[in-house]
Amino acid sequence: MSAHDHDNSGPIDPETGLTRRRVLECMTWAGTGILWTVSGGVPRSLGLVGSALAAEPTGMTFLQISDSHIGFDKPANPNALGTLEEAIARIKAMPAKPSFMIHTGDISHLSKASEFDDAERIISQARLDVHYVPGEHDFLDEEIKFYRDRYGKGTQGAGYYSFDANGVHFIGLVNVVDLKAGGLGNLGAEQLAWLEQDLKGRSKSTPIVVFAHIPLWTIYPEWGWGTEDSGRALEFLKGFGSVTVLNGHIHQVMQKVEGNVTFHTARSTAFPQPAPGTAPSPSPMKVADDRLRSMLGIASVNFKRGDQRLAIIDTPLQG
Amino acid sequence: MISATLRRCGIRLAVAAALSLYLGGARADQLKVTIDNFTFAPAEFKVKVGDTVTWTNHDDIPHTVVSAGKFRSKALDTDDTFSFTFTAAGEYRYFCSLHPHMTGTIKVE
Repeated sequence: MSAHDHDNSGPIDPETGLTRRRVLECMTWAGTGILWTVSGGVPRSLGLVGSALAAEPTGMTFLQISDSHIGFDKPANPNALGTLEEAIARIKAMPAKPSFMIHTGDISHLSKASEFDDAERIISQARLDVHYVPGEHDFLDEEIKFYRDRYGKGTQGAGYYSFDANGVHFIGLVNVVDLKAGGLGNLGAEQLAWLEQDLKGRSKSTPIVVFAHIPLWTIYPEWGWGTEDSGRALEFLKGFGSVTVLNGHIHQVMQKVEGNVTFHTARSTAFPQPAPGTAPSPSPMKVADDRLRSMLGIASVNFKRGDQRLAIIDTPLQG
Repeated sequence: MISATLRRCGIRLAVAAALSLYLGGARADQLKVTIDNFTFAPAEFKVKVGDTVTWTNHDDIPHTVVSAGKFRSKALDTDDTFSFTFTAAGEYRYFCSLHPHMTGTIKVE
């Protein structure tokens, strides 16, 4: 979190160059929704969700939704289908239609055909192309058939692929298979070799967006929140001017900037999970009913051609 | 005298039989591993050849019980169980293939 330029008042911190007030605002906003633009790897916040939405986004906008967990019916949210419907309703109500949507996995809770069908019925109402990557909850059926039949077309291995849109190169990775005892998420040698090839010869000025279910940065290994071999993937991404990594899995917004790489995790549309280490386990977190929707949500990402900026807006379903 | 001895032995045998039945029943009840808060408990468990261990998932999130090349449960939803009978001695390390930081060991003697 550095150098956001909406407010110049207050004493400047000699280390970060931030005014104290800016830092505090940033911290306050982290829980509600914030618009980031990334310029040369340095994120700047442009304003609260309300004002950000009011400012007409120019360039390409795409959406991220994550962790729908259709089929989940436990106390943390007995109606995960209903909150996905609310998320999609928000998307339908957006004044400027996004180009497409990505879903960063855990579409279903138990990989049942009916859960995938319900998810599809709701998500398709957004009338957007959706690019999926699987979460571990999408690969629970014996033959890992239901996900692949629906979303695996034209993908490699367990479901990874890349595509281009508006000059941005998008890479969907799978880090939920072949997990090793005691370890974290896993990309595997085959997928890494494919990634290296996919990036080879690509102009370093091409903005890259990588999306996968489990975070590609180590957030909290004690809860498995990281990917064993993500460092190898990041090696291949070195030198690119703008890299944005979008993940799900942890059901809360977190962001980190490292050089030209911005890491970001999205909220779930189903249930919140505790902040790292604040509970005995990452089990679904039961919050007061009137707080639930402030902890679920969607993210929209705006890319301005020639600007090397990706602005990420996290919007809770409420509040 | 002889008959008294036989009687005593008979009683002892009956008591021993009843005791072993009782212990057997109690033992079967105890061969349980629970999954709570993304943790196998007990994480290390000693059993005998021929014993059957039953895992029960109490979390709101599905888990699996997997020992490479030895046994593999399907995804266990809340309160689902998985049982495996150990027919050979050895140390069986296992984990949850969805949350691999969850690990456990069954020692079969």
